[in-house]
Amino acid sequence: MKKIGLIVNPIAGMGGKVGLKGTDGTHILDKAIRLGAIPEAPAKTIKALEKLLPVRDRLLIVTCSGNMGQEEAENLGFQTKIVYKPKKTITDSNDTKLAAKKIKEEEVELLLFVGGDGTARDVYESVGNRQLVLGIPAGVKIHSPVYANTPEKAGELALLCVMGKNIAVREEEVVDIDEEAFRRDMVRTQLYGYLKVPVDKKFMQNKKAPTPLGEEATQKAIALDIVDHMEKEICYIIGPGTTTRAIMQALRLPYTLLGVDVVMNRKIMKKDASESDLLNYVNQYPSKLILTPTGGQGYLLGRGNQQISGDVIKKVGKENIIIVSTNSKIIELRGKPLLVYTGDKKVDEMLKGYYRVKVGYGMEVMYRVEGE
Amino acid sequence: MKRISRDHKVRNFHQAKWDEPIIFELSNEGERGILVPEAEEEIVKVVGDGVSKIPESMKREKLPNLPEINQKRVLMHYLRLSQETLGGDLNIEIGQGTCTMKYNPKINEYIARMPEMTELHPLQDESTVQGILEIIYKTDLCMREISGMDQFTFQPGGGSQAIFTMASIVRKYHREHGEENQRDEIITTVYSHPSDAAAPATKGYKVITIMPDEEGYPDYEAFKNAVSERTAAFFVANPEDTGVFNPRIKEFTDLVRKAGGLNCYDQANANGLLGVTRAKEAGFDMCFFNLHKTFSTPHGCGGPGGGALGVVKELIDYLPKPIVGFKDGKYFLNYDLDKSIGKVRLFNGVPQTVLKAYAWIMSLGAEGLYEVAKVAVLNNNYLFKKLLEHKGVDAPYIRGKQRVEQVRYTLEKLAEDTGISTEDIARRVMDFGMHYWTSHHPYYVPEPITLEPTETPSKEDLDEYIRTLHHIFDEAYENPEIIKNAPHRSTIHKIDESSFDDPEKWAPTWRVYLRKTEEE
Ligand SMILES: Cc1ncc(COP(=O)(O)O)c(C=O)c1O
Repeated sequence: MKKIGLIVNPIAGMGGKVGLKGTDGTHILDKAIRLGAIPEAPAKTIKALEKLLPVRDRLLIVTCSGNMGQEEAENLGFQTKIVYKPKKTITDSNDTKLAAKKIKEEEVELLLFVGGDGTARDVYESVGNRQLVLGIPAGVKIHSPVYANTPEKAGELALLCVMGKNIAVREEEVVDIDEEAFRRDMVRTQLYGYLKVPVDKKFMQNKKAPTPLGEEATQKAIALDIVDHMEKEICYIIGPGTTTRAIMQALRLPYTLLGVDVVMNRKIMKKDASESDLLNYVNQYPSKLILTPTGGQGYLLGRGNQQISGDVIKKVGKENIIIVSTNSKIIELRGKPLLVYTGDKKVDEMLKGYYRVKVGYGMEVMYRVEGE
Repeated sequence: MKRISRDHKVRNFHQAKWDEPIIFELSNEGERGILVPEAEEEIVKVVGDGVSKIPESMKREKLPNLPEINQKRVLMHYLRLSQETLGGDLNIEIGQGTCTMKYNPKINEYIARMPEMTELHPLQDESTVQGILEIIYKTDLCMREISGMDQFTFQPGGGSQAIFTMASIVRKYHREHGEENQRDEIITTVYSHPSDAAAPATKGYKVITIMPDEEGYPDYEAFKNAVSERTAAFFVANPEDTGVFNPRIKEFTDLVRKAGGLNCYDQANANGLLGVTRAKEAGFDMCFFNLHKTFSTPHGCGGPGGGALGVVKELIDYLPKPIVGFKDGKYFLNYDLDKSIGKVRLFNGVPQTVLKAYAWIMSLGAEGLYEVAKVAVLNNNYLFKKLLEHKGVDAPYIRGKQRVEQVRYTLEKLAEDTGISTEDIARRVMDFGMHYWTSHHPYYVPEPITLEPTETPSKEDLDEYIRTLHHIFDEAYENPEIIKNAPHRSTIHKIDESSFDDPEKWAPTWRVYLRKTEEE
């Protein structure tokens, strides 16, 4: 019997229809309910689960009681195992976190969660990138590519996982926007971490050239290019991200995925450096800064790498910024520029212009960077 | 002639299905196709047994692992396979955009198969092969006229090899000018063919790609920022694979020339430009045509292709040896190229292909070539207009303007509306005896289709193709399941594509297949 985990954030998406841009925080939820919001998540959960009906008899859904998964699963006739019971009728982010932890312990094939960026963050906090997960989109804010495009698509992917099909796995970003800023119509994402999600290989197929490199292979190729061309006595500041992580892995050095690491002469100088650490290094040594954009929005700076401040950048110099990105991230931007937001208007202005973005070994793309 | 109207109809087609094993599996030990008679005694006396003269070190120890099958079975095998393919001469070949799948006149095949051609040997004395040398020479003259270049070589066996040859010339040129190490970058554009990046990369060049601007033209500002004293050359197609022609191309090539780089034109997309624009006036130092596309010779499966590579005067010395010259009433092979990059293919390339291309050019004349371009562009824009009439179909860039000879469409809206992707539709098209191709990877245009009708199809053919696509787009909205489960009338059903990008799972030969499956 195969096991699939399911967590439904029952209030996800309720703010959207009444124009509230997200439901993080209980006072917002109260307001949403007063404005007449009705739950979105159940219907979307059902759309996804329906795709699993062909394997219903071979499947156990490990989930939470009531409206956090049990109702939808049992309505469709799935066998369930309840491993978490929320204490209150109105659930909150803590419930998602606790549920995710419990479900992970059950060693499920895949953990499906229904919600938005906030839900993804909660799941990430509990399971990190140690569990294959997949988001069913229901929330108002969905910027994290850990969600399938539609609930149906999520269901189809889950079905492939259950059937033991050879599917590719990718680490995707968990990003969330600052809801306060969003309600004032500003979109500013923060990177919170990476979740491991299945991807449909169909979208990677290619008929004219038979060997498209996967995301990971591309990252490796980029990393080799960087490592092969590293200069001595230069201090390399490596920003957060999976693409930059590949550089640290190629160097066989310890790293932080979300932090900033400093490397010189192929040795680690500082892991998870703070702004003052960085200032210290850039004042002492000629330095280069290696950055990679967030998926979707293309933030290079100002999305969880505040350590790399305006002062650090001024000292490093625009010409010493190296941007790395897989081609697929560049394509996802659909022509929109890469963005910088350092908090220092003058620095943002100075950073504008065209850069050579490294997309493979000896492969670069000319791309525009702009302020927010 | 009175005819029954079929306007409302899509074709009722079914592909043959034979479940035919591959030829190695058909082998039966001891089964024979031909028993080669032993040489008669008298002959053996004079020339020996034909084997013992072979040096011991060159003799193979084991027999080759060739399949053993009788003649009839071999014939059935290949006829069945041929029925299971969607032959270019059977279907309305519009779907293989960027490949210029035009009609290959059968009379030219006939000419190329005449013994006057097939009995030639490339090592024959020049004086005995004047005819084919004349044809190569005259095809060169035609190509010069079409492009404005000063000399052509027909040695490359296809477009990608021609690009590789251009990259080799670029390297040699900068070496001769003492700048080989300094100039280590080439610039290309996203919508040029991937070989324009890949071939220079195999020559060791770093490749910088220019993205399109909002109108789909290569972003000029980005280009200005990319050109420098490190630029070795600019490799570009125009029109690009989107069918968008960059009218400012001369500004691009001027910039590169000023910076000391060379301009290399991928003219594999020339079908809409014959007699309209030329490489020389656009500021290029080199260009190539694909004989197997624009000049009507068959693609790969119908015999080797041909990349006709032309250069300006200053670069003639760099061409692969030999080129064909004419002096004192005689054609000759000219090896006197002192900066030549060497050879990219044996002898003189593929003369049969040159012969077919020459026959095609001469049957059309200058006016005919211009007519080809006009009809190809007209066909394309007719198809373009008709397809955009359907809900869910679009084509990004230069809205309201014409395309040249092809268009890269997007089904993004249709996919959003219906959940049907372009790959799903590509499978369904098979059910109507047609096909289409999506695009190069990665998909810069989401949910792409690339269609290029060429001058070949009649209006009736075009209408059938359009009707079929409209029919399938309607299905996407009304009955998506039929597309999801397609093909229904093809040789094979949906295949598991999960191993396509995993080299561990590939078996390019029978021997590899045996090795990999034995290990399992
Ligand atoms: C624009 C362009 N350039 C180059 C090529 C490569 O030519 P070949 O397939 O002969 O190597 C093609 C082939 O489709 C092409 O469309």
